[in-house]
Amino acid sequence: MSETADRVKKIVIEHLGVEADKVTEDASFIDDLGADSLDIVELVMAFEEEFGVEIPDDAAEKIGTVKDAIDYINSKQ
Amino acid sequence: MRRVVVTGLGMVSPLGGDVETTWKNILASKSGAGTITRFDATDYACRIACEVKPADHEYGFDANRRVDHKVQRQVDPFIVYGIDAAGQALEDAGLTDMPEAERLRAGCSIGSGIGGLPGIESESLVLEHKGPRRVSPHFVHGRLINLISGQVSIKYGLMGPNHAVVTACSTGAHSIGDAARMIAMDDADVMLAGGAEGAICPIGIAGFSQAKALSTNFNDTPERASRPYDIDRDGFVMGEGAGVVVLEEYEHAKARGAKIYAEVVGYGLSGDAYHVTAPHPEGSGAYRSMEMALRKSGLSLADIDYVNAHGTSTPLGDELELGAVRRLFGDAINTMSMSSTKSAIGHLLGGAGAVESIFCILALRDQIVPPTLNLDNPSDSCKGVDLVPHVAKQRKVRAVLNNSFGFGGTNASLVMKAV
Repeated sequence: MSETADRVKKIVIEHLGVEADKVTEDASFIDDLGADSLDIVELVMAFEEEFGVEIPDDAAEKIGTVKDAIDYINSKQ
Repeated sequence: MRRVVVTGLGMVSPLGGDVETTWKNILASKSGAGTITRFDATDYACRIACEVKPADHEYGFDANRRVDHKVQRQVDPFIVYGIDAAGQALEDAGLTDMPEAERLRAGCSIGSGIGGLPGIESESLVLEHKGPRRVSPHFVHGRLINLISGQVSIKYGLMGPNHAVVTACSTGAHSIGDAARMIAMDDADVMLAGGAEGAICPIGIAGFSQAKALSTNFNDTPERASRPYDIDRDGFVMGEGAGVVVLEEYEHAKARGAKIYAEVVGYGLSGDAYHVTAPHPEGSGAYRSMEMALRKSGLSLADIDYVNAHGTSTPLGDELELGAVRRLFGDAINTMSMSSTKSAIGHLLGGAGAVESIFCILALRDQIVPPTLNLDNPSDSCKGVDLVPHVAKQRKVRAVLNNSFGFGGTNASLVMKAV
C-alpha cells in the first residue's frame, strides 16, 4: 500500500510541479493541486506506465483524488 | 498616425539569459557556438550549434525564473524562451501589473519560424513505438507557434490582439513591424512583439543540413564557423533563443514617464517570388524591403548609421544582401557601419529579427556597433563597406536598419531611431 502511494505521489509532484506536503491522499487533483483535465490525462498515462496497468477512460474519469488513484492501482495489481 | 516606441527589452540567447549579459558578451566578441550537446550528432554533417546554455553556465539561462514548472514540462523550448523573454521585457518596461483597462489594450505578437520541432520529433517516436494512447495530451498546444503569445497573454492577463507571425527567418522582424502597425492603427496601446526558436534537435539539424544551409567545414572549431562576408563561409550555424520587445504608443509611454529606447519609424515587407530557399539573384526582394522601410521612416539614407544585416554566413545570401545594400545606399554606404551578429550567436531563425532589432536598439543607446566575428578575409564585394570586423566599434548611431529574410522569399526591414 505505502509503496504504491509513494510512487503515485512522486508522479503527481513531478507532473504537477506541486510541493510534496500538498500531495495528501485526500487531495483533489483539480481543486487542491491545480490540475486541469489534460493534466489528469497525462497523470493517468504516467500511472499506466509506472505500474504496468491499463486505466480505461471510464475508470480514469472516476479518479478525482490521490487516494482514488492509489486504490484503483492497488485493485489491479 | 500614432507613433510607436520601444519601452522594454527581453532576450534569451546563446550568449546570455538576458539582454545585458548577451550584449556584454557580444561587445566582447564572444562566440556562443559549440559542439551540439542536446543529442549525439557524431554522424551528422553538421555537429555544431549555438545552444542556449544551462543555468549553471557563466552566461546560462534559468527557465525556473519566470516559467512555471508544469508549463516547462508541457511545452517545447521555443515557448519557454519566449515566455521568459516576454517577462523580461514587461519587467523592463514596468508593465507587469497593469490594471484591467490597460490590459484590455495590451496584446502579444510573438512568433516562431518552425515552432515545436523537438517535440514533434519525439512524440512521433512515441506514437511509432508505443502507440496513440501514449502521445502527450499537451502535444498540440505545447508545439503550436502561437502558444508563446497564448501563454504570455494568460500569464500576464493581456487581452488585446493575440497574434503570431510565421515567416521563417523573417518572423521576428515581421512580428515587431506588424505589432507596431497594430498600435499605430489604434488596435492596442501596448504590444509584446518578437520571436523565438528552439529547433536544435536531430530532425532540425538533419533537415537544414540536407537543404545545404548549415556550415559543415568547421566542426572542430565551432566558434569559427559563423563567418558572414568571409571568403571561407560555408553556411549558417543554428542558434536558439528569443527576443521580445515592449512596443508602446508614444503618448502612452510619455504619460507614464517610461524609459524610451527608440522609435519604430519604418517597416518594409516584400516577397522575392523566385525560389523556396535561394534568394533572388539580384537581391530585389531585399532591396524593396529596405527601400520601403526607409521611405516610410521619412529619413534619408545618410541618417542610417548602422545596419544589422541578415548576414547568415551562407555563400550566396551574404553577397546578395550586400549588393542590395550597396545599390540602395549609394554614396551613403561610406558613412555607415554594417555587421552580422549571427557571427556570435548563430542564426536564431524565427527569433533572429527580434534579437537583432534589440542589438540595433542597444547600438542606439550605447553609441557602439557590434562586431562581425571571423571576418578574416572579406569577399571582394565587401570593399569600401565597414563590416565592423572582429571588434565592436564606438561611433555615432542616430538611426538603424535591421534586415531579415526567410525561406519562401519573405523579407522584412525595420528602421528605428532615437527619440
